[in-house]
Amino acid sequence: MKQLKYALFTGCTAKESTPEQMMSTLAVAKKLGIELIELTEASCCGASHLQDYDDFLSLVLNARNIAYAEKHALTMVTICNTCQLNTAMTKHRLDHNAELKAKVNEKLAEVGLEYKGTSQITHFLYALIDDFGLDKIKEMVVKPLSQFNIAPFYGCHNIRPSELQNETHKGHESAYTPTSLDDLIVACGGLSVDYVEKTKCCGFHAELQAPRTAAVLTGNAVAGAMDANADWMVTPCPLCHLKLDTQTHHASVAIGRDVSLPVLHMQQMVGLALGCTSEELGLKHHVTKVDFV
Amino acid sequence: MDALTSQKVTFKVFRFNEETDYLPYFNTYTLDVTHEEVVLDILNRIKWDHDGSLSYRRSCRHGICGVCSIKANGKGILACKTRLFDLVETFGNEITFEPLSTKRAIKDLIIDKKDFWDKHAAVNPYITGEIDENPVQEHLVSPLDAEKLLEADYCIQCGACHYSCPAVAINEEYFGPAAFAAAYRFSADVRDEDSLERLHLVNQEASGVWDCVKCMECAEVCPKEVNPIEKITKLHNMVFEANIAKNNVATRHAVGFAHSIAKHGLLDEGELVRYSEGNIGVLKHVPVALKMFSKGKIVLPWNMPKADKLDEIKKLVKSSSTVKF
Ligand code: SF4
Ligand code: SF4
Ligand code: FES
Repeated sequence: MKQLKYALFTGCTAKESTPEQMMSTLAVAKKLGIELIELTEASCCGASHLQDYDDFLSLVLNARNIAYAEKHALTMVTICNTCQLNTAMTKHRLDHNAELKAKVNEKLAEVGLEYKGTSQITHFLYALIDDFGLDKIKEMVVKPLSQFNIAPFYGCHNIRPSELQNETHKGHESAYTPTSLDDLIVACGGLSVDYVEKTKCCGFHAELQAPRTAAVLTGNAVAGAMDANADWMVTPCPLCHLKLDTQTHHASVAIGRDVSLPVLHMQQMVGLALGCTSEELGLKHHVTKVDFV
Repeated sequence: MDALTSQKVTFKVFRFNEETDYLPYFNTYTLDVTHEEVVLDILNRIKWDHDGSLSYRRSCRHGICGVCSIKANGKGILACKTRLFDLVETFGNEITFEPLSTKRAIKDLIIDKKDFWDKHAAVNPYITGEIDENPVQEHLVSPLDAEKLLEADYCIQCGACHYSCPAVAINEEYFGPAAFAAAYRFSADVRDEDSLERLHLVNQEASGVWDCVKCMECAEVCPKEVNPIEKITKLHNMVFEANIAKNNVATRHAVGFAHSIAKHGLLDEGELVRYSEGNIGVLKHVPVALKMFSKGKIVLPWNMPKADKLDEIKKLVKSSSTVKF
């Protein structure tokens, strides 16, 4: 197989509050021989809030990020569900609206850039599944996670709106019965547990504005995984990770029940199965202790 | 029956009569289903052939009245529009029919939609304007102006989005996606003179647009592709454009992104929380921040990473900004 190569859009979280996500992405890519060219010029995607304030500015900045991936002539790979949605949505809107694209390009021209629409956008989860292949991952597993019940937590912005997300990855993902993360768990040798909340919202985006709503959603998610007998949870989204890993105190108060489970990034789970060390995967950076390795 | 165009499907149907039952229960039926059938056909067959007491709502049978919406395996659907084979493709051969909200069930699949209609009515879902009683010509709306509604007028008030929205389920004050789609539909109408009042309504704390958790459930479930979250985003924009955004944690949270990006290219996460909450409000986040700090999850101001070519980003923020706050 030709070596896979992507333009990596890290998003802000991997550079700040989830350093372990950056570490584990690089560790897994190295193990699998995937080359990642970091888009160091990229700006924040606006995380679904900048667009509420200034939609046009959000479009211009996201188009600029994609333009850099286009300069490398590479598919852009994201490692955050919300970055994925914002970037994919920008691409969709510009590719389907010539007038809007022209307006955005007028701005980008001021800094010598152009959005062409030539680069695809995918999430690292789908790069692993669609491009690298689950079977090949399975072959490379040296430490199968066979003793663990693992609760997949998909995160909203990878599965909804499904119409958009199914444009950006090759395998079909249903918003109601997604399988990608479950399949990855199985490929790593683990047992994926089923629970209703696995496709629900963690509440992250309303944590400051609607703290009670956000805390109940977090609580329900962790409680659902606990009731399904999960040993730990896994998510492709660093924002879900932050909410589920660091906010369990508020969540427990909000739902009137003590909830807490280790929450791994999808990359950390794969890394464990591939034999990466806990140092390489940054497991010490979790608030809810990862005590099984 | 042709084997390719029919198959056996097991249906679990929610049953509850508030006048006689303490608790809901499920009835199970296994039926041969043909590829032409929609959910409403199945409900009719259950009622006509198995149990005449099964209750559900239906009227137009054309996907336009909105009364037949229920949940199939947790997914909000219009019973008269949803093909059984499509559900089987997603969920397999065991399908559970439940009312949109089990909490609000009156009889079987019928719910009390009062909260939905109250919220709908609360956003003034009609055009307000001076009516000339003796018009010389019709009030014409150009195709371009009609496009501004972004198909929000396709909403049939089925309630599928409302009863799928987690913010509605947790916060009883929250207007919900359908009410917001209606608020947008009338505020975006060029004939309307009430849009400022409506924007004030949706700008309120707890009930307004700021409590949306951005889960995209409403966009996914809507059988008419109204895309309510898109309208919520538009309402956010209109609140800023109309200059009525209040200086509070919600608005500062959105605006804070622009400040951070202009300064670092990236988001300064810690500073965003301080800026949004204010110097006093931020204190409630200190316990979590300390835990995160002890795990190396907080970047101190002097270590804040910056995007390369920051000058480009600064220039674009300056030239492409369309609103001020
Ligand atoms: S996106 Fe907002 S309005 Fe839509 S279902 Fe989610 S919380 Fe409700
Ligand atoms: S927006 Fe769509 S789902 Fe919501 S009430 Fe209207 S038609 Fe139904
Ligand atoms: S019966 Fe009218 S929408 Fe289904």
